[in-house]
Amino acid sequence: MTLLLVGLGLGLAGAIAGAILPVRVRVLGTAVCSSGACVMTFGAATRVLATGHAVTLHSAAVLPLTGIDLRLDPLGALFIATTAGVGLAASCYGVGYAEHALRSRTATAMFPLFLTSLLLVPATSSVATFLVAWELMALTSMLLLLVEHRHRAAARDAFQWYASMTHIGAAAILIGLVLLATNAGGQTFTDIRTHAATLSPALRSIAFLLVLIGFASKAGAVPLHVWLPRAHPEAPSPVSALMSGAMVNLGIYGIIRVSGELLGGGFLWWWLVVIALGVLSALYGALHATASSDLKRLLAYSTVDNIGLVLIGVGAAGALLVTGHRSLAALAMLAALFHLVNHSAFKGCLFLGAGAIERATGTRDLDRLGGLTRRLPFTTVLFAVGAFSISALPGFNGFASEWLLLESLLHGFAAHGAATLVALLAGVAALALTGGLTAAAFVKAIGIGFLGQPRSDGAANAHEVTPSMLAGMALLATPCLVIGVAPGLLATALDRASGVALGTSSATPLRAGLGLGLPGIGSAIEPMLLVAAGLAAMLFTFGVVRLVARRSVRRAEAWGCGRELQTARMEYTATSFAEPLGRVFADVLRPDHDIEVTHVAESRYFAQAIHYQTRADDGIERAVYRPVISLVAVWGAFASRAQNGSVHRYLAYGFVALVIVLVALA
Amino acid sequence: MRRRSVLRSVFTRAVTEELPRPVATRQQPRFKGSLQLRHVDVGSCNGCELEIASAFGPHYDAGRFGARLVASPRHADGLLVTGVVTKNMAGPLQKTLEATPEPRVVIACGDCAVNGGIFAGAYGIEADLDALVDIDVTIPGCPPHPTAITEALRGLTGR
Amino acid sequence: MTATVTTSGLGASIVTSIVQLVMIVLGGPLVLGVMAKVRARAEGRIGAPIHQPLRDLRKLLTKESVHAEHSSAVLPIAPFVLVATAAVAIVVSPLVTTTPVLEHSADLFVVVFLLLMGSIVLALAGLDAGTAFGGMGSSRAMTIGALAEPALLVAILALSVQAGTSNLPKIVAATLAHPSWAAGPERLLAFVAFLIVILAETGRIPIDNPSTHLELTMIHEAMVLEYAGPELALVTLGEAMRLGFLLSLAASLFFPWGIATSTNPAHIVIAVVALSAKVVVIAVAIALLEVRTAKLRLFRVPELLTGGFVLAVLSVVTGLVTR
Repeated sequence: MTLLLVGLGLGLAGAIAGAILPVRVRVLGTAVCSSGACVMTFGAATRVLATGHAVTLHSAAVLPLTGIDLRLDPLGALFIATTAGVGLAASCYGVGYAEHALRSRTATAMFPLFLTSLLLVPATSSVATFLVAWELMALTSMLLLLVEHRHRAAARDAFQWYASMTHIGAAAILIGLVLLATNAGGQTFTDIRTHAATLSPALRSIAFLLVLIGFASKAGAVPLHVWLPRAHPEAPSPVSALMSGAMVNLGIYGIIRVSGELLGGGFLWWWLVVIALGVLSALYGALHATASSDLKRLLAYSTVDNIGLVLIGVGAAGALLVTGHRSLAALAMLAALFHLVNHSAFKGCLFLGAGAIERATGTRDLDRLGGLTRRLPFTTVLFAVGAFSISALPGFNGFASEWLLLESLLHGFAAHGAATLVALLAGVAALALTGGLTAAAFVKAIGIGFLGQPRSDGAANAHEVTPSMLAGMALLATPCLVIGVAPGLLATALDRASGVALGTSSATPLRAGLGLGLPGIGSAIEPMLLVAAGLAAMLFTFGVVRLVARRSVRRAEAWGCGRELQTARMEYTATSFAEPLGRVFADVLRPDHDIEVTHVAESRYFAQAIHYQTRADDGIERAVYRPVISLVAVWGAFASRAQNGSVHRYLAYGFVALVIVLVALA
Repeated sequence: MRRRSVLRSVFTRAVTEELPRPVATRQQPRFKGSLQLRHVDVGSCNGCELEIASAFGPHYDAGRFGARLVASPRHADGLLVTGVVTKNMAGPLQKTLEATPEPRVVIACGDCAVNGGIFAGAYGIEADLDALVDIDVTIPGCPPHPTAITEALRGLTGR
Repeated sequence: MTATVTTSGLGASIVTSIVQLVMIVLGGPLVLGVMAKVRARAEGRIGAPIHQPLRDLRKLLTKESVHAEHSSAVLPIAPFVLVATAAVAIVVSPLVTTTPVLEHSADLFVVVFLLLMGSIVLALAGLDAGTAFGGMGSSRAMTIGALAEPALLVAILALSVQAGTSNLPKIVAATLAHPSWAAGPERLLAFVAFLIVILAETGRIPIDNPSTHLELTMIHEAMVLEYAGPELALVTLGEAMRLGFLLSLAASLFFPWGIATSTNPAHIVIAVVALSAKVVVIAVAIALLEVRTAKLRLFRVPELLTGGFVLAVLSVVTGLVTR
């Protein structure tokens, strides 16, 4: 606990340092403080995960009336350790990134504060403390989103979406938790847990739905995701990495903590709703990721996709728990948490990589990138590690967790009840479909973004980014590889966390050495052996080819059917790459095409210029949110007519109101 | 024409004309049993193209000797050039040849490619083919008979 | 993991896995040759001998490699990754024997994602030269792959649900123990889905025409348009291995009879013969289908693949309902 407090203290110190230090040292000062905070909290979290014993703290000093309650148990510790890992990488990366942006006083003060709040949320154990930390996280992230608003108007738009969605979510969480606390007669999580059973089913379900709305909107689950593909891309890249790698996790954390742990499982339909959200998010996110040509938007949608996969796991765990399959439930929960941890590692790495590209080329539009393999060799390799991980290629960490997720669903088929089976089957189908779509999206990201010829001057004149930025990416790429080769290393920690989440002692059917095994259904993976076999096969093939084949290599112009002139403009772009998939899934993506043809004056058989524009807007935003927004706008217009700023009119309002009150009282 | 079922075709005798095995020569064939060609039409009247199609068709079936036409010069062992070299096609011909990996051959198919044929000296012509590239094999004829094409290819594959 | 293998048992399973590998490395190109031969005979031609693909590979090794001027290290590395992923998938899968080396890792998920890895690196290689054709091929290949891979995963999953495990050797063993499964409706549905996936993954008609010369109609061919010499040989070999592997896997999963359940050399020989026979039957059937059908328009292909995916899901449903 001391370690945790020292860590959080260091984070606050970083915020103060960022606010008062002179510009030359404040970037480094805050980076040192936030790195220290991450290392300390990581230490505290790993100790809890290693021993399995929770530590608690109550202090009446900090918050008036309620005091603060902290409790670090394995579930929270897993989230803190993950956040600390991403935070360390982002802090390190921020040093190099801050050479241009993110060096203003606001930014350097807010970044450590945001990090601290992320580290604090999973350690809180009372409604008041939780809400304070949650709100701190929301406010600091909003301010950080606005840091670059002078350069990009889109950031302001993103801010409005983010602020509205976050506050609606926070309000829902507040009402839900207060409902629970009122019933319990106390506001600590322990009180809520002990009194949850006395709550009437209707109230319990209402509380569940309220917190689900709040947490799912933070996690970015469809249809509450609309802010995410706007806010995550517009934030500065270290902040994007924290948002996608740590903040969305806390949405999942909230669902697990409140609905799973505090409410003790609840009813089957709760979890079917969660699975439905997961399936919807996974497919919708994956489809939009394949259609996006903005690199960071692609990554943001793929966050929606991965959160969907995690929600499928969480929902399956809840459903299996409620139907009485405790150990299978623990397995599904473990798989979900595993994927969440892995997602933080590779998505953090990818967002930092996207930031490096933006820094080096001045754009994140894939249609203007290309030819970066020679210009940014290290960034290319690190980004590729992240991309291969998210595509679940064997030997990378995404593979292990997606395997486990699929196995847990397969295991879950042992359950009975048509509804559960249908939900699990939908989960399996979603998992399979997103696998293929994610691969397409990331082939596009690497193939168009890094390979080929540069499509703009910015890409042609790019240079490798600073070592601190590379170190930040490497810090997240390393776990992708290590967990990918030896996924068993995390098994104990995940097992303890999922045990807490479901309120059971650890009894998963998972057996882990370096690989993972499920003796119950006789399935296992040993990624290390697979990687060794693959490398051996490559070396052997290489040796054979060296021995028997001719070894001369010639460089020649790329084959373009003998065309005289071949330029980068003839390359496939991200838009053209995604066009076939966009057409196949046109019903969901509903892309807009505009073609304008200008003819030469003499004859309309000859075109002078063809202007083509295609856009894949968010269909849910258009269908659900736009009508609401225009309704609010109509109401706003009406209200502003009433409030025109004239003092006389306000006096008249006051007079009328007074008369009405007097009449009513009389 | 009578419709034949696919299965019956598979199990009845092929329509292909049997050819005698090649006479053993002292010279080693350059592409033993496998020859991929990229066809380049540098200005042909398409008479040669018809005969090439015929050479790879059921009756002559040059494919049985290991020859095949491919889509990319990168996959090819040589170029099968037809027609006179027109001004517009001189550049693409050069590029196609450069795109072909060594060792490679150039086959001039038809009189036009061999010596200009009836178009020799006409106004749109860049130069004779042999002035632009080194020709390894010539197939004379206007157009050459499919048997001549098949024999030239057999000379390279040795089958 | 659970089972302890004696040293001699491990040695024997390594040997049988190598038998599998050698068989597919040589057999994959021969299957291509058989399919080309069937096609030639159906057209009334004599056709090239069935070992023609092996001759082509030998010839390609004697040629130089050509790299496009803007290409990176991806272009030369990709063929090795393609061959290696196919090799690992072959080594761990139950093709000749139900006890291949690393049998515990022979999971359906492993096999599907190893194949996906090969597809991904090849698609990246297609984009590496920065040409319009390569990009077109990669884009189309990934579009089709994005629909075919899920269908493959779910089709094998249908067998997993029935056998209660996702471990391929165990699925095969369970099928051997319950011969009546082979005629069940879920097997039939899954088999049709599997066949559709094989056509898509290996670029056969009606999804792709492997012998097209028109760049605009190409899918797979456009992606590898830049490869020459030994690297082209590896790409061709890798593709042939994937074809041989998928056909063998279909044969083993759906009709496992003849597969060796021990490391007895006599059984292995019988298994090799049986597997070859089964693969040739499926290959000839596919070749006849290819002669009979026209290639689908590109945007009709997803309908076929979605159909395959739905069949696979239906197969799982049938399995769950009838268990």
